[in-house]
Amino acid sequence: MTAASGAPAGLDAGLDDAGLVEPGHGGGLGEVFRRRYLLRLIVRRELRARYQGSLLGLGWSYVRPAAHFAVFYFVAGVFLRMSDRVEHFPIFMFSALVLVSFFNETLINTTHSVLGNAPLVRKVYLPRELFPVASLLVSCVHLLPGLAIVLTVASVWGWTPSAAAIGSALLGFALVATLGIALGLICSALHVFYRDTDKVVDIATLFVTWSVPMIYPWTVVRDTAPGWALDAYLANPMAVGVLLFERAFWWPTTDGASAFPADLTRDGFVLLAMAVLLLGVGQFVFARLQRRFAEEL
Amino acid sequence: MAAARAVVVDGVTKRFTLRHARSIKNMTVRALRREKLRDRFTALDEVSVTIGVGEAVALIGVNGSGKSTLLKIISGVMPPDAGTVRVRGRVAGLIEVGAGLHPDLTGRENVFLNGAILGMDRAETLRKFDSIVEFADIGRFLDQPVRFYSSGMFMRLAFSIAVHTDPDVFLIDEVLAVGDPLFRRKCIDRLREYRASGRTMVIVAHDAKLLRQLCTRGVFLEDGRVLWDGDIDTAADLLLKKRQERRRGLTAPARPPAEAGR
Repeated sequence: MTAASGAPAGLDAGLDDAGLVEPGHGGGLGEVFRRRYLLRLIVRRELRARYQGSLLGLGWSYVRPAAHFAVFYFVAGVFLRMSDRVEHFPIFMFSALVLVSFFNETLINTTHSVLGNAPLVRKVYLPRELFPVASLLVSCVHLLPGLAIVLTVASVWGWTPSAAAIGSALLGFALVATLGIALGLICSALHVFYRDTDKVVDIATLFVTWSVPMIYPWTVVRDTAPGWALDAYLANPMAVGVLLFERAFWWPTTDGASAFPADLTRDGFVLLAMAVLLLGVGQFVFARLQRRFAEEL
Repeated sequence: MAAARAVVVDGVTKRFTLRHARSIKNMTVRALRREKLRDRFTALDEVSVTIGVGEAVALIGVNGSGKSTLLKIISGVMPPDAGTVRVRGRVAGLIEVGAGLHPDLTGRENVFLNGAILGMDRAETLRKFDSIVEFADIGRFLDQPVRFYSSGMFMRLAFSIAVHTDPDVFLIDEVLAVGDPLFRRKCIDRLREYRASGRTMVIVAHDAKLLRQLCTRGVFLEDGRVLWDGDIDTAADLLLKKRQERRRGLTAPARPPAEAGR
């Protein structure tokens, strides 16, 4: 009954299977890169959809960091007198804040990205890595206004571009972005199966906010905690990323008296390498779990 | 039948797990009552179908027979648990209406986005843009967000985009059920043209009359197995017969626990 599963014999049997490929066999992140036109449209859609019907539109990406800044500045800088201990405290804090917000936003949005695109995931085959990657790019767009403000304020305080500053910034960004997408891939896939994931991520972002030297200098940890605790503190890639950003934007505006941990650059590169490894793991986990996305959603 | 094969489904089995309890609390309760935590259910059981280039094949069966699942496996949305699937060329599908249409974007933006989702690049979409809009016949609503569209317009736009992607293998699931008679006529003509141009079509629909018009071959599925694979008329008759049986024997045989396609 089944027609010709034995395949027509002879000449065209070889010719026959030449163009046949397995459907839905995604090439992972590489496939996303190959379909970057679609990626661009999805990023644009995310940005459009997010501010649909709002009066301020993309202006909200200024309001949020501004509000964060105001809260932290008055509580930590003024009431807790951090401004007296740290020179140019606003730029110290804000350079850290933009990076932390970028990471938290990336993590939260990537976690929701696959579930948020459930209708598409269920019905059309696309490399599913598209959705977390699009979320990362949306966060990058939101990072730009913050960075612009940091650069403006830093320039007023005498910041000039230097190789060391730009290198630090790039390393810090690369480290945090790689970490963000690596964890984002894992969390977005897990969230399809366990809807607890976004709650865990939400709590994790709280720890990220306070476990980096943002409203206090890292020397506080050095001076109060035992040596092993400091080592643990500095093994946190987010702490290192933040320190790199501070070295890039805040430190050049100061008298240079405050020290950074020894080997900060080396630590940055080591952690970046580890983040790349984690990205490999994330891609593997995602590729495995995505096979069951369509039936689970 | 043409010599070249467009779709080869070989011994495909797909099982779904139905989880009865998701939270720890529910799991504990069910475990204490010694109820099952999950059920396995076979949606497709060693299905083998070979579709030649240029064929128009209907997947027929009552609800829960596995036809939508098979279509999803061919499209690559789901991988099979066992067996292999291979396809030739660009596979595009309308698996339910307008999966890729985003309500907050305008019709124009959706043409580009949905076109890209179905595999067109920018140049191709630009080239076909006028034709897509004309076929969809949405007129002045083109620059309105899609959420203000009537269901008919929504469906017309979705269909128009999909049909213009010119896939080598076109998968259609239940889309011809909606839409006004005029547009339906237009769709059917378009699909006929498409078939005449020598490309491959796989359709899932419940309308036996429509399938007779569009397809040359029918594959009848029941409980995840191929019951009949051959001419469309026999398959369509089989569907009508099964439906009657089902209507008569509402008390009779237990149906599979759930509808496979969601």
